[in-house]
Amino acid sequence: MKPAAATLLLAVLALAACQREERDTRPQSALGSGEQPTPVTTLEPGGQRPSPTDNKAASFEANAFHLSEGKRLFGWFNCSGCHANGGGGMGPALMDEKWIYGSSMESIHATIRDGRPNGMPSFRDKIPDDQIWELAAFVRSLSGNAPSSAAPSRNDDMMAHPSENRMPDAATLGKSP
Amino acid sequence: MKRFASIALATAIALFLHGCAGWQSALDPKGPAASELAWLIWFFTGLCAVVWVLVMIGLAAPLMMQSRERLEPLVLDAGADNRKLRVVMTAVGLTAVILVGLTLLSFFANRTLAAIGSDAALTIRVTGHQWWWEVRYEDATPSRILTTANEIHIPAGEPVRLLLTSTDVIHSFWVPSLSGKLDLIPGRMNVLDIKADKPGVYRGQCAEFCGAQHANMGTFIIAEPRAKFDAWWRDQLQPASAPMSDEAKAGKDLFLKRPCVMCHKIGGTPAGGTVAPDLTHVASRQTLAAGTLTMSRGNLAAWIADPQGVKPGSHMPVVDLSGDELNVIVAYLEGLK
Repeated sequence: MKPAAATLLLAVLALAACQREERDTRPQSALGSGEQPTPVTTLEPGGQRPSPTDNKAASFEANAFHLSEGKRLFGWFNCSGCHANGGGGMGPALMDEKWIYGSSMESIHATIRDGRPNGMPSFRDKIPDDQIWELAAFVRSLSGNAPSSAAPSRNDDMMAHPSENRMPDAATLGKSP
Repeated sequence: MKRFASIALATAIALFLHGCAGWQSALDPKGPAASELAWLIWFFTGLCAVVWVLVMIGLAAPLMMQSRERLEPLVLDAGADNRKLRVVMTAVGLTAVILVGLTLLSFFANRTLAAIGSDAALTIRVTGHQWWWEVRYEDATPSRILTTANEIHIPAGEPVRLLLTSTDVIHSFWVPSLSGKLDLIPGRMNVLDIKADKPGVYRGQCAEFCGAQHANMGTFIIAEPRAKFDAWWRDQLQPASAPMSDEAKAGKDLFLKRPCVMCHKIGGTPAGGTVAPDLTHVASRQTLAAGTLTMSRGNLAAWIADPQGVKPGSHMPVVDLSGDELNVIVAYLEGLK
């Protein structure tokens, strides 16, 4: 009886490996950026643009596939031209704990989609909405705001910081609790 | 019944061997490298088959004769040890001769392969991407450097040097009718020399598992006479043809306004993305999406409307386009000959 039980246990353990994260590569195209609320004016003080919580934020910010796709797009769309792999140059650094317009996914998404004063251009209609969410999720992970189990690993080229899954946790700022 | 079985077997073998011919087969060589390799594999296989049959006969014969020998087990045979020694030494000697022979053949074949491109006049840089091929024709004059995708045009009868590299994972370049396979490795440049004896179209395939759409990462080698190849190169260097119809003009404007422009390049327009295939002369190619779809208006529309349906996991995103928008963009791309 014992070998049978051991075999069963092994089988269950092996089957557990079949569970893998879902990859949503084919989003509902009808829910594109056209559905997003358009700001009536770009003139506003501070970063308090009204941004209702979006259920995409929750589904993208801890998803390993979307995070790594965001990392790829960050390079492809030359975000590094201003943000230097998150280290900051002409644009602000993204790997620190300072967030001019807030660190929420919705806020970063709005920044990429609509742009911000002092140089951040608007990528509305230039990047499909899901890809903007992926970029936003990756930008958050640059400062340790993503679970290290989901954050992208190994950089393929020179970076201003260690890979995102080795970043110190932004909540504890790297200190042991 | 026996007759039926043999006919069925012959039909099955004929159907099976049918796959050996055609534009993607190592058994249907169309270039010096592939011929050399094909000859080598046939010779190896033939010789090993002969050896196998001889060994089988050698094993079977004593089994058959054993019963007769057993009749007088106690009779001493003075010459038996000597005979056994001679048989074993002959077998060992033959094995050594065959091994050394095959090694030498393989060595000389390798030398022939290496010599193919020693005087190559044309250098092409092939970069593997998930899941398409970037093809860059090198030239001493910078304005003559040409970048295309997925189709490699070469002059027939001339050796061509391919510089192979990759941007993401390890791919492998394999055009069975022309040459053996060689890996494309990020951060490393591999050199492969190919030569096509005659004009023709030969299919290639990524031969190293590189992700979800590995099977849909095909390429085409198009070997043409030198004059035709030069004319093709000249044509490809031209900027994209201006849209003629109103529909195509609207398509060009939309292309530049929508996400297409972030990744794709169209020569002679502000579109200058370099992370996806160059579309300057996209309609002059035979296929779409690295050999996945044949080039046609319908397939262009299908690919743009739902790339994830055609190649799930490919890096081309689903772009939110209305039916009319899709139509004008396809009309524009269709004219990029």
